[in-house]
This record gives sequence, structure tokens and C-alpha cells, in this order.
Amino acid sequence: MAKLTVDDLKRIKEEVRSSTVLREGGFRAKVNIHMGTCGIAAGARKLMAVVLKEIEEEKVKDVMVTTSGCAGLCSREPMATVEILGKPPVKYCDLNEERMKEIFVKHVLNGEIVEAYALARGSETTY
Amino acid sequence: MEDLSLHILDIVENATAARARKIEIFVDEEPGEDRLTIEIRDDGIGMDKEVSRKALDPFFTTRSSRRVGLGLPFMAQAAQEAGGSLRVESKIGKGTKVIASFQYHHIDRKPLGNMVETVVTLLFGNPELEILYTHKKEGKSFAFSSSWVKNHFRDRPLVDPEVIREVERHLKEGLKQIGVQG
Repeated sequence: MAKLTVDDLKRIKEEVRSSTVLREGGFRAKVNIHMGTCGIAAGARKLMAVVLKEIEEEKVKDVMVTTSGCAGLCSREPMATVEILGKPPVKYCDLNEERMKEIFVKHVLNGEIVEAYALARGSETTY
Repeated sequence: MEDLSLHILDIVENATAARARKIEIFVDEEPGEDRLTIEIRDDGIGMDKEVSRKALDPFFTTRSSRRVGLGLPFMAQAAQEAGGSLRVESKIGKGTKVIASFQYHHIDRKPLGNMVETVVTLLFGNPELEILYTHKKEGKSFAFSSSWVKNHFRDRPLVDPEVIREVERHLKEGLKQIGVQG
């Protein structure tokens, strides 16, 4: 078996941290908005505004909000990833304000994946 | 990008990718002197001379850190189109400073846009990031800091309905008082 390097340890630490942050923070769900240059140019900031407005209006207290960089699918931006505690994360693409609101109500609040806008399952590093 | 507040958001997102813990945003509007200046400072990993020189080249990228790409060249283009310029000062281990200047009344200068949305997105999307935002217009100034929010709502989580509402109100009112449409 190959020796573990410092970089391997850093990677493992990051993987464990990202998988436990939801549970340890007492959150039930995480919404990550992709804020690379491509995402921002395509309207990602509006998605964040919609999510914060929903949290404010629905008085939601157990949802975590994060931003991340380019996920490599610039042509499908704006994108967002929704993760419910204990479930695999779901990536949504080609979003707009109405779709983001629908995803927030259906998936984040009620746990139903909105398949029509889903791209794939996965996760990425958040800073 | 439609407006300058989106460029600011983009450059700060770059800074967080460069592991910045603290970022400072200065916006200085001087219509009387036909000048608009935007300065963004971070304490991230920084770039060496070679990389910061190439950072304005849209076809250069350091894939591993994602510190550069189209973001800076886009903002430089926006400044140049409005009779201004953009410069990058960076030191490895110290951080990066981006300074963009624009002719305030130039016909091709993009509007400043929604600074409230930019600051709110940065604040709630990066809970661990220390943010200082100073906006000056014709001698009046408004300052906002993430540590004020964290002290003011000490007993609450950051992403909380009431905190979101209060921060938005505070930013809108503060900018309105210095004559900026938030």
C-alpha cells in the first residue's frame, strides 16, 4: 500500500469536514449556489436573493447557505446544489428565480427532489 | 456582467478561493471629479509577480487554485471601456489588492448595480469570512462590517430570518443616507 502523503491527509480532512458540517452545525439542509464567474454572469446572485427571501419569509432556521466556485459546467449555469442531511446532494442546472423558489419549497422544505431541473448527484468543496 | 456590483462579487469569490479570511471593499464615487474607484483587498495566498502579471490575460489560468480566469479580465475590460484601468498588486503569503478606476460619466461605464445584494450574498454565503465594506460618495461615507453583524446578533445563528431582514434594512438605509441607490 502506498504511503499517505500530507496532501492525502488534507484531502481526507476536507472530505470528512464536508460530510459532517451539516450534522455538527445542527442544520437539516444545505443550499449551495455556484458563484464562479460563469455563475455570477448567468444570474447566480438572484438565486441567492431568492433563497434568503424564502428563509426570511418562511422563518426557516435549519438551512445552511454556501457559495462555491465554477463546477465546470458553465453552459448550464446558474446552478445550485441542495443537500438534505443524510441524503446525497442533488445538483440543479439552468435555473432562474422561479425555479429556485420551486426547488426551495419542494426540495429544501419538503424533501421532494425536483427532477425536472436536476442534473446529477455530487458534491464540491465549499470555502 | 451587467453591472459593477457583480464584478465586485466575482473578485471577492476569487479571494475566498485564494483562502482569504478577511476582505475589504472600498467604493468611492466622485461624480464632481468624474471618477469612480473600486478597491478590493484580501489576505489570501497571493500571487507571485509572474502570475499577477498574467492574471489579466483571459487565456491564462492556474487551475489548481482557480485564482484567475475570466473574472479579472472582464473587470479590466469594463474599466478600460469606461476610460479607466485596473491594476493588481499581489504578494505571496500577504494577499491581493485589485484597484479599478472608471470615468464616472463615461457613456460606457456600467451602473454600479445592487451593492446590497452583493454584500448580503458574500456575508451569508461565507459565514467565516470577515468583510469590511466602505462606500463613499461626495464626501459622505457609509461603513459596514461582518463583525458588527456577528456582535449585534451574538445569540443567533448567522443565517436567521431576522438577521437577514435587519442586515438588508441596515445596508439599504446606510447607502440611501449617502445618496446611493442600493
